[in-house]
Amino acid sequence: MALLSKKDTKLITDPLTDNNPITIQVLGICSALAITAELEASIVMSVSVLFVLGVGNVIISLMRNIIPSKIRIIVQLIVVATLVIIVDLVLKAFAYELSKTLSVFVGLIITNCIIMGRFEAFALGNGPWRSFLDGIGNAVGYGAILILVGFFRELLGSGTLLGFKVLGDPIEKTGLYAFGYENNGFMLLSPMALIVVGLIIWVQRSRNKALIEEN
Amino acid sequence: MEHLELFFKSIFIDNMVFATFLGMCSYLAVSKKVATAVGLGAAVIFVLAVTVPLNWLLDQYILQEGALAWLGEEYASYDLSFLSFIMFIATIATMVQLVEIIVEKFSPSLYNSLGIFLPLIAVNCAILGGSLFMQSREIPTIGLSLTYGVGSGIGWFLAILAIAAIREKIRYSSVPPALRGLGITFIITGLMAIGFMSFGGMLTGGDEEKKETKVVAVSKEIPKEQVEENTTEVLSDNLHTNKQ
Repeated sequence: MALLSKKDTKLITDPLTDNNPITIQVLGICSALAITAELEASIVMSVSVLFVLGVGNVIISLMRNIIPSKIRIIVQLIVVATLVIIVDLVLKAFAYELSKTLSVFVGLIITNCIIMGRFEAFALGNGPWRSFLDGIGNAVGYGAILILVGFFRELLGSGTLLGFKVLGDPIEKTGLYAFGYENNGFMLLSPMALIVVGLIIWVQRSRNKALIEEN
Repeated sequence: MEHLELFFKSIFIDNMVFATFLGMCSYLAVSKKVATAVGLGAAVIFVLAVTVPLNWLLDQYILQEGALAWLGEEYASYDLSFLSFIMFIATIATMVQLVEIIVEKFSPSLYNSLGIFLPLIAVNCAILGGSLFMQSREIPTIGLSLTYGVGSGIGWFLAILAIAAIREKIRYSSVPPALRGLGITFIITGLMAIGFMSFGGMLTGGDEEKKETKVVAVSKEIPKEQVEENTTEVLSDNLHTNKQ
């Protein structure tokens, strides 16, 4: 580990569990909930955020000494918006169907609070390399929750994972369906996203008592 | 009628928090007290009411494909819609700055209680989401876009008001320790979202359930046809086409 000092590794691993952007910092919830009905969409969203946050953090960190603090929010927004336009155009070119599913939520990466939160809290006060690691760490922590929620919702809601029928065929009654299992279509509806995230938070805080809030 | 329909639709059926999860970050962070929740909710209504029509104008006369036709014929083929993210966010950031200045001038106490969250409206996904949905749903007139902005603002306001009231009360109940705070808020929001889904049938029986609306349409059409033509042929034809 010559490349990463102990402090640097902490930057990456911390947001994965104890300082997770979604469940602890309460940032970037909107997209986490809205596009997780399918696993594929959640993976693409995670990768997009990884790109935007990693690159954006480096850019802001490089510019941190020349940005006047009064207009920093607008500068940050322009940087994010530029990166998001790139992501949006790439998605439209190479995965058109998927970009339709994600609809406005790719655009909403701009206002994803994780990005602004990390710019404000980290990139404005740290060097490019550390900012890059911090961006990657937070984006992976975000992606982990997204993929977890997407996994459960797609598996229980339509019995598939990435489009493959892992639980058997619901029409021909093979696999689990032979025992009378039915898809829980409710998992695909929006309220269940909230409840699944709530349950993940419950599990996480039961395992680590230090995270429990006052009320 | 069109306005009324869009208004109620954007408040209850397409509620920003419960149907599309927009503005969740500030919804979760500022909903601990009713007073601050009301302040932020009002600010969101105002900003949405201003930015959505403004962005509608931008979209209509600058960004859309062929929108630049008013400049001259050679501009008619331009499509600047890839710029919409930047243009929309610039409008929003400007408007938020303006609101901040006005609030600071006229209500310093509200300004202090909102604190960091006022500038955060600029990065509240509800605001940008409102403009992007306005664009993707192709709202036809500026009046309707104003209705849409105000309606979705009120929907967001209602949601944050309700959750803030519930969170004030929940302090007196014994929630499992690990679920306290964020966890229970998520689950309550989920339950509220289930409640709001029942509004889906309020207008025309809901858009998504096309099968059911078709059946309703058939049963409504048949008596009309009977009165007008009074032949069974038309009726069976009608049923046949509807089945297809």
